[in-house]
Amino acid sequence: MSVQVHVTSVIQKAVDGQREFAADGSTVAELIEDIERRYPGFRSQIMDGAGQLHRFVNIYLNDEDIRYLGGAETTLKDGDQVSILPALAGG
Amino acid sequence: MAVSVYIPSPFRRLTQNHEYVSVEGRNVAEVLAAVDQRYPGFGNLVYDRDRAIPAHINIYVNNQEIHDLSGTDTTVADGDQVAVIPALAGGAPDADRATNGHTPAGNPAALSPEEVMRYSRHIIMGQVGPTGQRKLRNAKVLIVGAGGLGSPVAIYLALAGVGTVGIVEFDTVDLSNLQRQLLHQTEDVGKTKMQSAVETLNAYNPHVTVRQHEAPITSDNAMEIIRDYDYVVNGADNFATRYLVNDACYLLGKTLVDGSILLFDGQATVFKPGQGCYRCLYPTPPPPGLVPSCAEAGVLGAITGIIGSIQATEVFKQVLDIGQPLVGRLLLVDALTMEFRTMKLRRDPECPLCGDHPTVTELIDYDQFCGSPPLVAPGATGAAHH
Repeated sequence: MSVQVHVTSVIQKAVDGQREFAADGSTVAELIEDIERRYPGFRSQIMDGAGQLHRFVNIYLNDEDIRYLGGAETTLKDGDQVSILPALAGG
Repeated sequence: MAVSVYIPSPFRRLTQNHEYVSVEGRNVAEVLAAVDQRYPGFGNLVYDRDRAIPAHINIYVNNQEIHDLSGTDTTVADGDQVAVIPALAGGAPDADRATNGHTPAGNPAALSPEEVMRYSRHIIMGQVGPTGQRKLRNAKVLIVGAGGLGSPVAIYLALAGVGTVGIVEFDTVDLSNLQRQLLHQTEDVGKTKMQSAVETLNAYNPHVTVRQHEAPITSDNAMEIIRDYDYVVNGADNFATRYLVNDACYLLGKTLVDGSILLFDGQATVFKPGQGCYRCLYPTPPPPGLVPSCAEAGVLGAITGIIGSIQATEVFKQVLDIGQPLVGRLLLVDALTMEFRTMKLRRDPECPLCGDHPTVTELIDYDQFCGSPPLVAPGATGAAHH
């Protein structure tokens, strides 16, 4: 499954400065593995050492938070849009 | 079709002091023509040179403004009441008196001619009108932080005539603030941000009362500060203050208009108690150092204007109760791709604050919660609202 991944500026530097890129996976967990393969070090931006998604980082499948879908096991299909968004505190 | 026409006091010199005039007509235009025929000159008061109803005059048929009906083509039936209300004479409260016989709650004071002129681009819009303008004047809005986001929010609310704007801020103006913080100018460097903000807002609109809360907002004072306001806008620059303001607003039942920025990104949403809160969106703060601040990573000056303007717009909509608020939606702005997207935001039943089994029932120690050093005293650096 090829999906389009959107990231914010904070994460951008971990994926060669891109705002959007294509990656593969049939679930969110697989997608993150694929992104980590392409951009080593990416995972540490959004997950803790135990492989848990940081609770200040939200992942959206299209416009829905994956916490309300299947979490990391949320299944993906071709053409889906996945957005990875950490909290921002700037004011 | 005999209809009763309410004549506002400034026009009664033409109607021999009659408050109500009974005339015949099938629609509003005919009714106005009939009054003009009986009391020549009346038409010149209610029509402009192009024979249109000018913006400062509202005409009501049984309490409904004719803009919301069919204008002067609105048909009238026997026994209907038509009220002619110039904004200068008090607008809707007069109309209510005329048609309902009672005065509604709220400040009935009329808008002054200067106010009508100043806010005319708002007042002529059907969604605002003199009644909406008085709602804005009666509104009390608290802005946390007079920095990047707080500046455009405060300025647009002051320009719009929001009667009471409260500001929480204790920092001083630094040269590095001027790249984005519209309230402060070069000559203000070294002044307190509060003084600079008050001067700027007074210069923009002397009608606005600026309430000054010149101390860090903490668990000890947050409830007391926020309690008096109708709406709260978050322009804080750190996670501890964001969780604190979120919790206090929820506990007090206040709607919180949230916005945040970093680098080229912005986020905005509106938290209405019971429909999701900041903790539903981000259950726990990042450990210190994991998400950089604007001071560490940088921020595009203009993104503060985009997000701040969106926050001001949401306040405006809340006060006037118009449109679809940004409730249950997280708006994401990416200035580099210039894409605006919205994500769904839900109330989390597991939320410790607003969930089904809350464990946070009063304010906590937010510095400890965020693992950050406590906010420092006024005059010190590094802990204010950028």
